[in-house]
Amino acid sequence: MTLGPHADFIVAAYAVTVFVVAGLIAWVVLDYSAQRRILGDLEERGVTRRSQRGDER
Amino acid sequence: MAIIDLANPTRFLTLVNRVLPWLAAITLLLFAVGLVRAMNAPDDYQQGATVKIMFLHVPAAWLSMMGWGLMSVAALGTLVWRHPLADVAGKAAAPVGAAFTFICLITGSLWGRPTWGTYWVWDARLTSVLVLFLLYLGVLALYWTAEDPGRGSRAAAVLTLVGAVNIPIIKFSVDWWNTLHQPASILRMGGNAIDPSILWPLLIMALAFTGLFFTLHLAAMRNEILRRRVRSMRIMQAQEARA
Repeated sequence: MTLGPHADFIVAAYAVTVFVVAGLIAWVVLDYSAQRRILGDLEERGVTRRSQRGDER
Repeated sequence: MAIIDLANPTRFLTLVNRVLPWLAAITLLLFAVGLVRAMNAPDDYQQGATVKIMFLHVPAAWLSMMGWGLMSVAALGTLVWRHPLADVAGKAAAPVGAAFTFICLITGSLWGRPTWGTYWVWDARLTSVLVLFLLYLGVLALYWTAEDPGRGSRAAAVLTLVGAVNIPIIKFSVDWWNTLHQPASILRMGGNAIDPSILWPLLIMALAFTGLFFTLHLAAMRNEILRRRVRSMRIMQAQEARA
């Protein structure tokens, strides 16, 4: 496979796409672990949602 | 499980946790096949190897519009039925759609320089896609900066529905105006105009990008549901502290 005289443009297009997609994946994964951690902390402190209280009754 | 049951956030989370690993695996597989086929696709007789940029640019362009379409349906759900899951879907789709629109603009610019001799022209297609990107940023600003999340969501939903006018403008801009951007090659009257050796890798890459979009969207929806739970628990905590 040869990319010809415009290889820089092709490589740059793929690099930008990989960078943006990697950023999106990192954002989703880090946000998920952050929300899980905060929820865990709140539950440990005995804070529950209204719907959970209904379940306990 | 009936479809209506999915409108319950807890049931929806259970389903997402079950579906997400499979969707991610299928997406990875599609990318592996699509990238191998794209790298081995023949050069275009006019554009040479730069046609390889099309395998990124075209799926990103399709998904930028599909993302706004999805947000428009979610906006109707927010404004008409006031369903919280519709609002979650709209909010989670906005950053993903904005990222795909950004990819579309940058790869298009990098494809334009060797093909047209310029990175940018203010023609109808390019300008309307730039407007779409700015609309995405506007919706994100409304979601992220509103002090009252409910008001922010409603304002974002209204902007989304107003911005939906731009989608047919993007699609038909190359037919309505004289543009440097080429007219439609696949979804057009008279059938597609692309050779199968290039069309198949493009379709596989489009499927892979679609899988990626929905994987990220579902994951972002899950995060948003958890964020709302955190918010409601903090409000409960504050109310108890005050009582």
